[in-house]
Amino acid sequence: MNTTHESATRDATARIDSERDALPCLCCGTAMQRCEATTPTPTRHRSARWLIATLAAMLLALGFTLTHARAAEALPGDSVYQLGLPLVDQDGQAFDFAAGRGKPRLISMFYSSCKFVCPMIVDTLRNTERALDPAQRKQIDVLLVSLDPDTDTPAALKHLADQRHIDTPRWRLARTDAAHVRRLAAVLGVQYKQLGKADFSHSTVLVLLDANGRIAARSEKLGDADPAFVDAIRRVLAPD
Amino acid sequence: MRQTRIPGNATPRVSRARRTALAALLSVATSAVQAAPAYVDIPPTSFLSVIETEADAKPQPVAAFALRAEPVTNAEFLAFVNTHREWRRDQVPSLFADTGYLSHWPSATELGGKALPSQPVTRVSWFAAQAYCESENARLPSWIEWERTAAASDTVADARGDSAWRRQLLDWYAKPSTGALANIGGAPNLYGVRDLHGLVWEWVDDYAALMVTADSRDQNDPDRLKFCGAAALSLRDRDNYALLMRIAMLSSLKAADTTANLGFRCARATDAKVMP
Repeated sequence: MNTTHESATRDATARIDSERDALPCLCCGTAMQRCEATTPTPTRHRSARWLIATLAAMLLALGFTLTHARAAEALPGDSVYQLGLPLVDQDGQAFDFAAGRGKPRLISMFYSSCKFVCPMIVDTLRNTERALDPAQRKQIDVLLVSLDPDTDTPAALKHLADQRHIDTPRWRLARTDAAHVRRLAAVLGVQYKQLGKADFSHSTVLVLLDANGRIAARSEKLGDADPAFVDAIRRVLAPD
Repeated sequence: MRQTRIPGNATPRVSRARRTALAALLSVATSAVQAAPAYVDIPPTSFLSVIETEADAKPQPVAAFALRAEPVTNAEFLAFVNTHREWRRDQVPSLFADTGYLSHWPSATELGGKALPSQPVTRVSWFAAQAYCESENARLPSWIEWERTAAASDTVADARGDSAWRRQLLDWYAKPSTGALANIGGAPNLYGVRDLHGLVWEWVDDYAALMVTADSRDQNDPDRLKFCGAAALSLRDRDNYALLMRIAMLSSLKAADTTANLGFRCARATDAKVMP
């Protein structure tokens, strides 16, 4: 069953990749940069005219359709990016969760004042990355979202990032509000409970998202890299 | 309509004619405008939840809040999906609701014989319940808020030590859930909240945290977080089977799950603005 699911995901990912390649850049949304780099560029003159035409068509379309509905249509129904999640990173920069679309991503939840498990989450993510080639490593983002928005201000996250020599900006430590923490935990399958101020009990899960934000693999193993999880990352990076 | 469902002893004596007139008035009012849902104030307290397993656990302070007097109904949820199209069953992303979501409605925007307007809405996911509550400028209650309110009988704030009251709850939990759901409007408890027991299970905000053990540092046994039956035996008050069943049921769910007997009600701060 597992294999079927994985191969289905793989097929779907491959299909979306090829679809994206076939589409003009403007349709890629947040994947635009990547798209620009890979799509053959016509001559400047033609490109400008094409851009104007496309923009006009898009504006027209927007006039008739809700922007929100359009964005949701493009995103798979089981994508965690369906969750509108406002985040702020260690540099105080606001960004949207779904802006990570277009690139596979490793994600986990933690809190900075945690002394035991959370440092191990960072270690485990590093060990997982070390199992990849440098080229593969560059193709994935890492996002750690705090369970403790009261304590984990951007300054606290920045402190942790410096202390642990976090590879920013490819890695991002982020916070959101309490209501969104619970929603993100729900979609990722992270169980947690606040025990006291800045004290949480939580399950530790590393989640691999594919480029469209679908959960491709999960691992609850801490410490050394989980071989099955590393394999899953390789598959997401190279669907063939 | 509602008055007839309240057991006689809880209903003030009203003449039949006046009752009929009142019912007619009420139904006109609800059909003309969706009446603002009633929230009642629940005072602050100190409460020892049945989940607290440690022998030295102390009662926790629970701040004052306002709780919806009744669960959300099919009619109310229909009005919500009509104004929030993204929560229609034919629009909702699978991330937020499984395929059973509102599947007892004949269509995405109609109630039918299996979903009467005054029945509590069921087959709703935690995400959908959250979104609905936000539309009432509210949220889902936390477990301790729910438990603390549900511990009240019609006369005392904490009836958990009353064996007659507990037996009454167990009678409902023991009833097979094959028949049609009753309408909302059961007898009010001390605070004026209805249907906490005896009608449906209800989502709470922290349903997923109910069985999280106090110490996640023991990574040798990740399954400790996933059980439910065995844990019930270690819970403080073994006589509270009714609550334990509820906790076990909620703990087994995922946020996109829906079931035929699971509904919800909302809560908010006592000073929250009512409806924009």
